[in-house]
Amino acid sequence: MASLHFLANPARFRRFTASVLPLLSVVTVLALACGLYLALIESPPDYQQGETVRIMFVHVPSAWLSMLGYGLLAALGAALLVWRHPLAALMARASAPVGACFALVCLVSGSLWGRPMWGAWWVWDARLTSMLLLFLLYLGHIALTHAYDERERGDRAAAILALVGVINLPVIKFSVDWWNTLHQPASVARLGGPSIHPAILIPLLVMAVAMLLLYVTLVLVRTDTEIDRRRLEIATLEPDERTA
Amino acid sequence: MSVFAALIARDLLMMRRRPGDVGVVLAFFVMATLLFPLGIGPETNLLARIAAGVLWCAALFAALLSLERLFVTDYDDGTLDLLLLAPGPLELAALAKCTAHWIVTGLPLSLLAPLLGVSFGLDGTGLVVLTFTLLVGSPTLSLIGGLGAALTLGAPRGGALLALLVLPLCVPTLIFGTGAVEAAVSGEGASTHLAILAALALLALATTPWAIAAALRQAGE
Repeated sequence: MASLHFLANPARFRRFTASVLPLLSVVTVLALACGLYLALIESPPDYQQGETVRIMFVHVPSAWLSMLGYGLLAALGAALLVWRHPLAALMARASAPVGACFALVCLVSGSLWGRPMWGAWWVWDARLTSMLLLFLLYLGHIALTHAYDERERGDRAAAILALVGVINLPVIKFSVDWWNTLHQPASVARLGGPSIHPAILIPLLVMAVAMLLLYVTLVLVRTDTEIDRRRLEIATLEPDERTA
Repeated sequence: MSVFAALIARDLLMMRRRPGDVGVVLAFFVMATLLFPLGIGPETNLLARIAAGVLWCAALFAALLSLERLFVTDYDDGTLDLLLLAPGPLELAALAKCTAHWIVTGLPLSLLAPLLGVSFGLDGTGLVVLTFTLLVGSPTLSLIGGLGAALTLGAPRGGALLALLVLPLCVPTLIFGTGAVEAAVSGEGASTHLAILAALALLALATTPWAIAAALRQAGE
């Protein structure tokens, strides 16, 4: 927790990312290469689904990351509203579009997978509906952030929205248990441990870690950009408009 | 008179001075509902099956219409600043405004719905359950809508943004509301759906006043 205060100074945050990002980017690329190789080439085709099961290696990690991303938005919202953390608003602006993209990738890859598997591009079952709601909540968050001329008003309104919408996350997670659904029930994060064979579980986890690294890299780069954008905004204000 | 009742009475008085505002919402509800049989065709079986969904969606859109202006008049004439400075909890004022909104929007819509349901060919059980679901579910719509209105207060083009914010959060209420009518008509019994609708209403009641108050404090700064 002390590191959160340590990194609250934007200049210190820039120095942190400047030292971390080069190595992180290389590790991300290597992890993605490794994960994609394992997923697309090394792992076996499924007995029933054949090669189309490989969509799972993109679909599931992006679902996990979109949910993690929204949790991060909610945590940043709390940090902004409760502790007035200086970087919380900037990081929220930076990470919302990334999370929204992961949600979109999840929806589109799931749709592409559903067509050969279920015969339908889309079904209105609980998990797909709640994932779509998550995507719409992301869009609402982005729209609300940019709705006001006054930057701070938009940041704080979006923070409240992020906190209110966090109730969607347990709904998504447990939707396959609570409702009759076409979607596969929980196979990894469940009480009895994963029910997937290691030959498919290992590539899945590697892809998940790789995508997590990708997410972190993107968010750090975009937060740097938001700091620059904020500095530029302040620098181009009239002298009498600048506030403390 | 308690503060809560006084605030509701004030809002109702202001809305009574402009009956056109309230009437427009109800008229929109009726018009939007009547468009569907005209557009889809008069086949009674089909209409009876979609009645609950159409009426619920129309109720949602009608509530959205009136939500835009929920806090705007107070924001413009300074009443919001007075409420922010008042000694009582702002959460109570927020709840009072949502309650007043429900009294003039949700309540009449719920009572009007069975009449429109008859035009869709919905049978007696369906009509009763539909009215119940709207009565139980419309407070949730008013509360969540109040949150959306507070978050977009003072934003340019806030109306469309309000819809984008409120509709995803209202989807569970919509799903269980229409599911209740479908369950009742098919003989399964709507008690589960109604219980969940009530739970959603209580959840909204327990959380949204604080979120609305936080948003109003943002707007007042």
